[in-house]
Amino acid sequence: MRQLSRRAALAFGAGGAALTIVGWDRPAFAAAKEAADEIAKFTGGKTAAKAKVSIELPEIAENGNTVPLAVSIDAPMTAENYVSEVLVVAEGNPNPGVATFHFSPMSGKAEASTRIRLATTQNIVVVAKTSKGEFFTGQKLVKVTIGGCGG
Amino acid sequence: MITRREILQVGAATAALTVGGGFTRALAQQKLTESELTKFDALGNVTLLHVADIHGQLMPVYFREPSINLGVGEDKGQPPHLTGGDFLQRFGIPAKSAAAYAMTSEDFSALAKSYGRIGGLDRLATVVKRVRAERGDKVLFLDGGDTWQGSLGANASRGQDMVDCMALLKPDAMTGHWEFTYGEARVKELIKGLGFPFLALNVRDTEWNEPVFPPYKMFEKGGVKIAVLGQAFPYQPIANPRWLIPNWSFGIREDDIRANVEKVRKAGAQLVVLLSHNGFDVDRKLAGRVQGIDVILTGHTHDALPEAIKVGKTLLIASGSHGKFLSRLDLDVQNGALKGFRYKLIPLFADAIKPDAEMTAAVTKARAPYAKELARVVGKADSLLYRRGNFNGTFDDLICAALLKERDAEIVLSPGFRWGTSVLPGTPITVEDIHNATAITYPQVYRMAMSGQRLKEILEDVADNLFNPDPYYQQGGDMVRCGGLGYAIDVGKPIGSRISAMTHLKTGKPIDPNKDYTVAGWASVNEGTLGPPVWELVERYIAAEKTVRMAPNSSVKISGV
Repeated sequence: MRQLSRRAALAFGAGGAALTIVGWDRPAFAAAKEAADEIAKFTGGKTAAKAKVSIELPEIAENGNTVPLAVSIDAPMTAENYVSEVLVVAEGNPNPGVATFHFSPMSGKAEASTRIRLATTQNIVVVAKTSKGEFFTGQKLVKVTIGGCGG
Repeated sequence: MITRREILQVGAATAALTVGGGFTRALAQQKLTESELTKFDALGNVTLLHVADIHGQLMPVYFREPSINLGVGEDKGQPPHLTGGDFLQRFGIPAKSAAAYAMTSEDFSALAKSYGRIGGLDRLATVVKRVRAERGDKVLFLDGGDTWQGSLGANASRGQDMVDCMALLKPDAMTGHWEFTYGEARVKELIKGLGFPFLALNVRDTEWNEPVFPPYKMFEKGGVKIAVLGQAFPYQPIANPRWLIPNWSFGIREDDIRANVEKVRKAGAQLVVLLSHNGFDVDRKLAGRVQGIDVILTGHTHDALPEAIKVGKTLLIASGSHGKFLSRLDLDVQNGALKGFRYKLIPLFADAIKPDAEMTAAVTKARAPYAKELARVVGKADSLLYRRGNFNGTFDDLICAALLKERDAEIVLSPGFRWGTSVLPGTPITVEDIHNATAITYPQVYRMAMSGQRLKEILEDVADNLFNPDPYYQQGGDMVRCGGLGYAIDVGKPIGSRISAMTHLKTGKPIDPNKDYTVAGWASVNEGTLGPPVWELVERYIAAEKTVRMAPNSSVKISGV
């Protein structure tokens, strides 16, 4: 019988390691608390309304190392009332703060896109702040999976 | 000597059961003639014909439908998550009838002997031509994908045999899934020669995030402007190797579907059809969230349903797999609104439907280079070999047994694919049968050490692909098959806590999370996996065993149903 070479075993291992899968004993609450702190800092403790935020993210990540993210806030962008900042937080990442986007009335629309790295299956929380001091929020669950058995 | 066809027609005189629905009744009465099977009280101004998940099967097949097909969340107990007697009762189908044989697993081996094989592109061609002759310019014929893969010939010709034969049927459009496993270059090459569009609104290139394929095509049939939107399998780079299509990104992309529906409505579409490879539960959720789709032609999860399922104003059609069925959906579209419909899932009983000579010739030609190899007998099945089912199938048990022995492994992991034909008890196992269960472009059987912890992670991960209560997080395969490993599963629990009582079957000891086990498996999605092709090992095992008999598998304990 042909033996599987060491290289093949390594190749499999390397592929496996590229995606960190959900551990059933991962202390998720620790990261979630850090994320909550991050959000509280951004809002100054105010409650954000669950509205106006749309998040474009895959349900299941094709590659946890580079997940395409687009956010847009359905709110006015006038000199008197505009979205000034948008915070993106990944609840399950070792460093939950992913990005803060800054806008001005000149931006026309509060939208941005980037690629983010996700260590594991988790919620991505987006919080928008307006020049009037209002806060809006939305979130989406992105699953990071081993894959390979669909069909 | 009475032929099987004669027996079927004699049967017509006997069992006169009165049940609802033209199709069901005809089958209940055992009138298995071509004209009865295709009989249809035409309606309206459009006829949609749909096939999906043919999986490389040019010839009529035996294919046992699942006996376990669990739904979770809102899909629990809903079609298609009904099997056996529950399925028959829900759709008013008499036990042991031809319809029961075609759509369920009840008494499969016995009924297969009476009713014979189902499918074959030449039978499909006959019925497609019949409907076209009857309905003329009202007909739109759509292929839901998973057409180019699943057999020795398809794999050896890299999809060419299927493309050549399907071309004779002149589909109006298709979408895909396993098609992509031939790699980007080959997919592009085959599409170039199709003569009809390959639609996939949910595939974008990874560099610029731009659409790779046309998202939709507008048709005019029966005076009705019809938009057909294509939706490829959303989880291609996750469920199958990403390295084969590294520049393409998939996903459900619900917003893109919504945007395209609005666009085609604005462009004057009076009927909007989604040709989908999402899987039934995904499409059911989608239908409840995206307005403006009249019909979703579902695929991927291989469900065969004799009725259209209605979600809001959207009709969902499930046309089965392996070429067993053709769906006919007649629609009455007036002033841009769907006023009425009539539906029939037509089972293509090979002994009742006359093969189309042109297609028979094309199929024979396509199979000629492999004919001798396909027919070569490797051994004999002493019990039914089948694959479909959420947790195991006897063909997979056979593959697992082969890999345990041939790769000298403690544990085997075998993918939960939903394609693969059945072999009846007491019949030979041919090379064709083996490849019908294994023909993929990444067939290498690896052998490696895996910790008990890692094994549990894999089982949990795959279980969540199947039993996540939100269909958008399901990938549409069945559970990974395990050789040498038993476990308990509570399908109602969340990821991380479904799997318990993992046991190394040989020793009877619990799996130790910290111990390494020698694991063999195939269909790894990782590039550079080395090892012999799975069909080689399965063949060697069957040849050595001569006759295989698979005992009922009791190694998976299911709860939370």
